[in-house]
Amino acid sequence: MFYIYCPYCGEHREEEEFHNHGQAHIERPADPDSCTDEEWGNYMFFRKSPKGLHHEIWDHVAGCRKFFNVTRDTVTYEIKEVYKMGEQPKVVAE
Amino acid sequence: MSQKNRLQSGGRIDRSKPLTFTYNGKQFEGFAGDTLASALLANGVDIIGRSFKYSRPRGIVAAGAEEPNAVMQLGATEATQVPNVRATQQELFSGLVSGSTNGWPSVDNDIMGVLGKVGGKMMPPGFYYKTFMYPATMWETYEKVIRKAAGLGRSPNEYDPDTYDKVNQHADLVVVGAGPAGLIAALTAARGGARVIIADEQNEFGGSLLSSKESVDGKAAGAWVASVVKELEANENVIVLPRSTVNGYHDHNFLTIHQRLTDHIADRAPNGQVRQRYHRVRSKWVVLATGAHERPLVFGNNDVPGCMVANAVSTYINRFGVVPGNELVLMTTNDNAYRTAIDWHDAGRKVQAIVDTRKNPSGALVEAARERGITVMTGSAVIDVQGSKRVSGVSVAPISEDGSKVTGSVKKLSADTVASSGGWSPVIHLSCHTGSKPVWNEDVLGFLPGKTVQKQLTAGAINGTFNTAGALEEGKKAGLEALSKLGLSAVEVDVPATTEVKESKAMALFHVPHTKPTSQAPKQFVDYQNDVTAAGIELACREGFESIEHVKRYTAMGFGTDQGKLGNINGMAVAAKVLNQTIPQTGTTIFRPNYTPITFGAIAGRDCGALFDPERYSAMHKWHLENGAKFEDVGQWKRPWYFPKAGESMQEALNRECLATRESIGILDASTLGKIDIQGKDAREFLGRVYSNAWAKLPVGKCRYGLMLKEDGMVFDDGVTSCLAENHFLMTTTSGGAATVLNWLEFYHQTEWPELEVYFTSVTDHWATMTISGPNSRKLLEELIDGDVDVSKDSFKFMDWKPMSVAGVPARVFRISFTGELSFEINVQANYGLHVWEKLFEHGAKYDLTPYGTETMHILRAEKGFIIAGQDTDGSVHPYDLGMGWAVSMNKPFSFIGKRGMQREDCVRAERKQMVGIKTIDPNVVLPEGAQAVFDPTASIPMPMVGHISSSYWSACLGRSVALGFVKGGLDKMGEKVYYPLVDGRIVEAEICSPIFLDPKGERQNV
Ligand SMILES: [Zn+2]
Repeated sequence: MFYIYCPYCGEHREEEEFHNHGQAHIERPADPDSCTDEEWGNYMFFRKSPKGLHHEIWDHVAGCRKFFNVTRDTVTYEIKEVYKMGEQPKVVAE
Repeated sequence: MSQKNRLQSGGRIDRSKPLTFTYNGKQFEGFAGDTLASALLANGVDIIGRSFKYSRPRGIVAAGAEEPNAVMQLGATEATQVPNVRATQQELFSGLVSGSTNGWPSVDNDIMGVLGKVGGKMMPPGFYYKTFMYPATMWETYEKVIRKAAGLGRSPNEYDPDTYDKVNQHADLVVVGAGPAGLIAALTAARGGARVIIADEQNEFGGSLLSSKESVDGKAAGAWVASVVKELEANENVIVLPRSTVNGYHDHNFLTIHQRLTDHIADRAPNGQVRQRYHRVRSKWVVLATGAHERPLVFGNNDVPGCMVANAVSTYINRFGVVPGNELVLMTTNDNAYRTAIDWHDAGRKVQAIVDTRKNPSGALVEAARERGITVMTGSAVIDVQGSKRVSGVSVAPISEDGSKVTGSVKKLSADTVASSGGWSPVIHLSCHTGSKPVWNEDVLGFLPGKTVQKQLTAGAINGTFNTAGALEEGKKAGLEALSKLGLSAVEVDVPATTEVKESKAMALFHVPHTKPTSQAPKQFVDYQNDVTAAGIELACREGFESIEHVKRYTAMGFGTDQGKLGNINGMAVAAKVLNQTIPQTGTTIFRPNYTPITFGAIAGRDCGALFDPERYSAMHKWHLENGAKFEDVGQWKRPWYFPKAGESMQEALNRECLATRESIGILDASTLGKIDIQGKDAREFLGRVYSNAWAKLPVGKCRYGLMLKEDGMVFDDGVTSCLAENHFLMTTTSGGAATVLNWLEFYHQTEWPELEVYFTSVTDHWATMTISGPNSRKLLEELIDGDVDVSKDSFKFMDWKPMSVAGVPARVFRISFTGELSFEINVQANYGLHVWEKLFEHGAKYDLTPYGTETMHILRAEKGFIIAGQDTDGSVHPYDLGMGWAVSMNKPFSFIGKRGMQREDCVRAERKQMVGIKTIDPNVVLPEGAQAVFDPTASIPMPMVGHISSSYWSACLGRSVALGFVKGGLDKMGEKVYYPLVDGRIVEAEICSPIFLDPKGERQNV
């Protein structure tokens, strides 16, 4: 049961208020029609599952309904930072 | 009713309050302050169960949470049955009814005993896998017999009559365990102003002090405990939780505490009291002061009743005034356990000998024992015991200094009780729950909490600090550290004085050697609950299971309800010895929540019965109830399913509802449809990106049907969206998909296209929606419209919407149709819903206005070939598969969601499964939904399957069955045959046809 800081609400809230949306920083290709099947497949289906630091999107779904990013250690489950959409992580894997 | 093992005085029991209880159908007496275990021992009950695999008689071995054998079934009535209760943790109350869990038909005469007595060779580790798995078809039979005979407890067959609570808490500090370390930690933090919760699984605070004869602060330990508890209880910042097990330590310092409020009072919570409470606590810091469990030694026949853990014996004597036998032999690797022999001796019963595995023990307790004239046999061990239902004697032999072998001749002693101590294992369980790996400590001869990312401090025996003085010091230190971490000031706390006892060094011994090799020696049990022996672990290692995790799974060591609290480390030591490596090289041990079993009631709390899941009702729900609707669950919505009249079958009701709608007029409560209000200057652009069709030119006042796709091109929702104003739209979604769709829109807006100015608001509950459908629907609507609004064919066209006043209420009326009939969807503010609905019926009576529910809605739409997303789609069909290419606009400038996905190689190949109509050759046969299609019914099994039926109904309007289904390449196979072999052996012949069964030209809705 995580304790997650919502950067929009400015508060820690229980995990039950949030929903995980998987890996962050996956951009929809600007011109999908020119993507090969392989490129499109990579965009749609391929996700990292790192042991260690992972950047994820979470949604404060039962709160302010805002999406934001979380850098989480998948081994210890520590949340290292949260940052808003459009921002870049400060904590990154070496 | 004699309590033959009860002492005349002493202990924390109240001899003036006798309590009567039942065990296995027999009445016994104990005293207030007893546990079920201490009361059974007081009455000389030796056998409390049969072992899981070998069905050997078993007795009580411990006095707390670590007890592996005394697992009881409680409950005076069927409804109050509780399985899996350790007798050592159950407080006695008057009228308590208990029984053995293991042993069928009885603990004294057991069916499995026959198997067990055949011997170890019959049932080696992996026995169940090896023997009972084959043939696989028999497994169910085997399982039933094994489970019944092995006895894992049973759950009640009636509803639990008690009430359970859940409570969420926030704390500065949770202190787990109220022994000396925990008490002083809590006291320190509380004095410093921290908000503290202190929880202990026992009924009384004090931990080890409850069963000790030590003095603290110059007075009896109990008096010091009482003074601390008094101060804590008086502090309004402190929550004191006795009878409360901290069962789980979860991520980000979240703890779950299982508090038992009435389990010690009665079978059922009295006077409507809450029986148990589940605390969910988010704490800034945690102090684990969870203590330690004493390890028994592993020796031959060490499971015979009468073999106990040394400290448990002391606990029964000192805390409960019960000496569980007459003649004691104590085997120990350390000084500490000498206390047990001294306690036994001082209680006036015979100590046959202390068998010390060390050559030259010399501590103060050793001297104290010798002064009492107790025989101390050094450099020796109890290699096995005699007796079956109770220990009758022991074999003692000298052993080598490293404990690896017997070095001299065996001597027999008479004894009925063997207490053993192999040292203490810190209770590190909670520290493991979040994944921290414990670390072996050679001085402690046990695992200590490993590195953790939790805000966790530890104090006392959990750190291997086994003396009271050390525990108090560490507790104070932890309390001060917590204050400092919390940003609170340090406070003065005096550590009370204790008497220091000098102890000599303990010996590292776990598995006692025998004159015979382990495989031939009498069984040496490691894990009592799962009947895992030292020989079994050796065999597992020899069979190639070298990882301790594999050994555990193969032998089932540690997989019981006790999680191997007593046995795991001994088991690792046995494996280490066979593998010729150290314990840390062999691995580590890990524990998972929950620390001890918890009732389902506590987990469920009040979230059961009617409160299990919220129910959503439309504004017209009352009317539906009054008019006999049968309901269907759609998500959390309770939707009318059909409205049977007296004496009507479901099919008769559906036939009537369908015909009434097509012949005159029917009405559907469509309020549950998801409704999302979309505004902003880029709303139109946004719609174009999330729907597969075009939205750029939809004028104000018009509605359009849209398909929503995922990036892979597959349909996931559909609905009608209307243009309310230039920058204002109302989107409808499926009833079940409303929340998902809103989340989907927000996700794309916030993460992909934040530059678009668009806002989404769920307005599902704000509107009541009633759909009137049928040739007379315009006439009915006209009667109710206030003022001059033209809803005639040409001025209110199909797919138009208009604001108007209906029955005196502002309304949005949409001329859309899901039935294929002339149809109007009237939306009014939800508060007016029932009013308008009733007005419609008032005026509709002359047209025989007929209410219908979801089932008739399904039939009417299937007759028209309209899909239901989620029924006719399953995440693997794109618009072209549905024959709905008309709803895709490939020429939109923006590459909408799903466009690229549906152009992938697999999505454009021929022979995809496509949705078609399915007409059975026999019109009276209604195919079951899910029926699999084949082209060649004579093909050998397994037949190539080419599709399935997704919707299927009896159509009263057409006088035949109608079905929608998927068939490989179906859109090019109109008129061809397809077959459906059913589970009952029938093969139904059918013809592929257009999915539009009724009014293919759509004339009925354009009137
Ligand atoms: Zn928020």
